[in-house]
Amino acid sequence: MGTVKKFLYLNRTAPYGSIYAQEGLEVALIGAAFDQEVSMAFVDDGVFQIKAGQDSSGTGMKNFSPTYRALGDYEVTRLYVEKESLEQRGLTVEDLMPLTYEDEEDDYKEKPSIRIVDSTELADILARQDVIFNY
Amino acid sequence: MKFALVVNEGPYQHQASDTAYHFAKAALTAGHEVPRVFFYHDGVNNGTRLTTPPQDDRHIVDRWSQLAQEAGLDLVVCVAAAQRRGIVDPDEAKRNGKDTDNLADHFRISGLGQLIESAIQADRLLVFGD
Repeated sequence: MGTVKKFLYLNRTAPYGSIYAQEGLEVALIGAAFDQEVSMAFVDDGVFQIKAGQDSSGTGMKNFSPTYRALGDYEVTRLYVEKESLEQRGLTVEDLMPLTYEDEEDDYKEKPSIRIVDSTELADILARQDVIFNY
Repeated sequence: MKFALVVNEGPYQHQASDTAYHFAKAALTAGHEVPRVFFYHDGVNNGTRLTTPPQDDRHIVDRWSQLAQEAGLDLVVCVAAAQRRGIVDPDEAKRNGKDTDNLADHFRISGLGQLIESAIQADRLLVFGD
């Protein structure tokens, strides 16, 4: 395949109040098979999507949060989390799932996929993308 | 310019489908290309032929079908999102043992790969959502 574009999936919504997060993750996983440069960003209530220890049993909805762990295997290794969104919700990086990937270029060392960025850095990252899917 | 459109909301409840439609028409009129519109999330509900709005209101589904017929738009409904929400073509109805189908004219059901493909091929991807 010739064209390689920068794809970014911008997640803005909490995981269970609507289906955007779950179906958005499906797009990211399918998209990963197309050999594009893929990253994801989590802002606003979207940061709750990757919170550790999710228990959706009371809602009758499927807890799909383990699926985020597959992203590293699909070479989606850049998960940007907006610092301000975490802080506004009383969260820190320790509250998030320890999502990792194996770095092929560094002897398959396991490295964290989550990168905390502030809103200015995130704006720069968004400006560099070719395609942004927002949910 | 070549535009790929994504509609993430159903008809009437949100303005997303209206805005996408007006954008598509304006872009085509201005000489741009809109090869494909992809319907995802509740956007798949734009593809049911059973929609019956009051006569003095716009018919969002028929409007898309007509535009597709006139301008050759490829209207693609995501299969996984459609199955969840009961949007089925004759093949899907048969496969899942349903007694009827409801996909509107000039829409087709396909996979998310079609969305990624159109994002790669287009100059711009526009997402119409909430």
